[in-house]
Amino acid sequence: MSTVVDTFRFVRNQQVEALPPPNLARGPIAWIRENLFSGPFNTILTLVVLYLLYVIIPPIVDFVFVNAVWTGTDRDACRAETAGHPVGACWAFVIDKINYFVYGSYPVTERWRVNIFFALLALGVVWLLWLRAPRRDLGAIYFFWLFPILSYILLTGGDADFSNGFWLGFIVLSALIVAGFGAAARFLNAPVKPAVLIGAGIVAVIGITLALLEADWGLQPVPTALWGGILVTLLVATVGIVFSLPFGILLALGRRSKLPIVRMASVIFIEFVRGVPLITVLIMANTMLPLFLPGDMTVDRLARPLIGVAFFASAYMAEVVRGGLQAMPKGQYEGAMSLGLNYPQMMILIILPQALRIVIPGIVNTFIGLFKDTSLVAIVGIFDLIKTIEASRIDPNWAAPTISYTGYAFAALFYFVFCWGMSRYSLGVERRLATGHKH
Amino acid sequence: MIGVHKWYGEFHVLRDINLNVRRGERIVICGPSGSGKSTMIRCINRLEEHQKGRIIVDGTELTNDLKRIDEVRRDVGMVFQHFNLFPHLTILENCTLAPIWVKKMPKKDAEEVAMKYLTRVKIPEQANKYPGQLSGGQQQRVAIARSLCMNPKIMLFDEPTSALDPEMVKEVLDTMVGLAEEGMTMLCVTHEMGFARQVADRVIFMDYGQIVEMNTPDEFFKNPQHERTRLFLSQILH
Repeated sequence: MSTVVDTFRFVRNQQVEALPPPNLARGPIAWIRENLFSGPFNTILTLVVLYLLYVIIPPIVDFVFVNAVWTGTDRDACRAETAGHPVGACWAFVIDKINYFVYGSYPVTERWRVNIFFALLALGVVWLLWLRAPRRDLGAIYFFWLFPILSYILLTGGDADFSNGFWLGFIVLSALIVAGFGAAARFLNAPVKPAVLIGAGIVAVIGITLALLEADWGLQPVPTALWGGILVTLLVATVGIVFSLPFGILLALGRRSKLPIVRMASVIFIEFVRGVPLITVLIMANTMLPLFLPGDMTVDRLARPLIGVAFFASAYMAEVVRGGLQAMPKGQYEGAMSLGLNYPQMMILIILPQALRIVIPGIVNTFIGLFKDTSLVAIVGIFDLIKTIEASRIDPNWAAPTISYTGYAFAALFYFVFCWGMSRYSLGVERRLATGHKH
Repeated sequence: MIGVHKWYGEFHVLRDINLNVRRGERIVICGPSGSGKSTMIRCINRLEEHQKGRIIVDGTELTNDLKRIDEVRRDVGMVFQHFNLFPHLTILENCTLAPIWVKKMPKKDAEEVAMKYLTRVKIPEQANKYPGQLSGGQQQRVAIARSLCMNPKIMLFDEPTSALDPEMVKEVLDTMVGLAEEGMTMLCVTHEMGFARQVADRVIFMDYGQIVEMNTPDEFFKNPQHERTRLFLSQILH
């Protein structure tokens, strides 16, 4: 009973080598036993789930693959009486109508223009989203400036036909903008010349854009009433997504602003738009927007829901971004301020990159919601994918029992592929950004 | 600082602070928590607003004029208790950010300057890592280098060692001593009395938002005038 012995029990007198982790039982059977049948409750759950899968999966496989009809030109191919076997999904119907689902009533001879639009869209999306793509700054210019112009010209045919009054107004406004930049620079004691040049640059870009839109490119004009299907769905979703993020960021910053008027305006906009169902926003955009505009000015019937969707998504985005801003520790603001960064520099360089990273899941969640909500534009008479399917499934030429199910299955597949893609992409980005940046 | 007062709501945090810091002077500020030490030095680069009195930094008075505030912040470096490095940027980017965006320095020059100061705080080899990969002491040294990159006329330290493990305090203090020996004007809130003895020209003791005692370190430690100071010193010098 000596203290020396006791001490030895507790104190190491040499370094312990690092050991490999203990070798647990491995292999599939051990895994199953541990994860599926570890106790009576777990075993029952496993069996119930297996039974449910047995009940659900085979009929789906039968419907989608085994009994599906892949070829045919009319309803006879998809009716059990005429086909001579039980009929599941009538993919022949989708194949027959696919052009309508993709383009709506867009004139057949002009559909190559839509195809180019799809290609340009894909190019822009890949350029911006592929994180190792070369010159992503150019990609941004392409996607946010060149691509919208090209799309407008391609899809509508260009030749926007602005009135002389419009151009006069533009010239007056341009002069005001340039003068405003100069005055603001003088007011802030900044050098006047570069400010005026920046103002002139902005005016020039807008002017060139308008001139390009007005130029006659020799394309046959296609009114938006003829557009439809996936074209419209992707268009509405793209415009909504592209506008909602920057606009939402501005609203979120506005809501946290120290200036009471800016803050009030942001809060009112966000709470009003968020407190109203999207359908109401769409109907209001459709019927009330023309009331607010001067008499001879009309907004295209496709543009109205576009604006509505963009506003709606912005309000939601603003709240997501605000969550990220609020998660930022005060020290980051103080660190930035103590180095002499001004407010825009602090926000753009320090706060937003971190805040947005925190809320990537929320942003993508909003995007996915928005993408699916685009189907609501059908309510104001826009022929998006769902509406084209609705119109096709009652075609007497294809009257068969499973036509409606097939149409909806196709729509579900389409939406799922895009939303799942967004979800996977965001997971990838999160994982990539997580390495090495952790606090 | 002339007759500076500050209130948080009803609470009177700073009460008639008068302090004149000469170029090249090194001042250590100590005092119990809640005595207004941090608030006082944070007023100097306007992270906190004072409501009465005047603060003049190198001839520029701090008012609501944003331009002047930015001017002052350019010349005043600050090191925080919790480092406040930018976790999404590398060490080098942390250091070059302000020179590039505030001083409009070309990127190459800014990187040269940054490497110079990183070498001085003895961590040039960490330049391409992220702050999260560094130890606390290393991070604080980066924070010091980041401030030095702006070539400040005065450095403010707000309890730079209180969030560090004991093992790392020394490396940061050594860096600060080095800086002091080169003649940098420093205002330092700290309880490292060894540091105060070694480099300070004056030691300030604050309590209840007032400067209670101000003296040379020798006098301050050997012969404290005020009852409150004596009590404080007896509690932190065991």
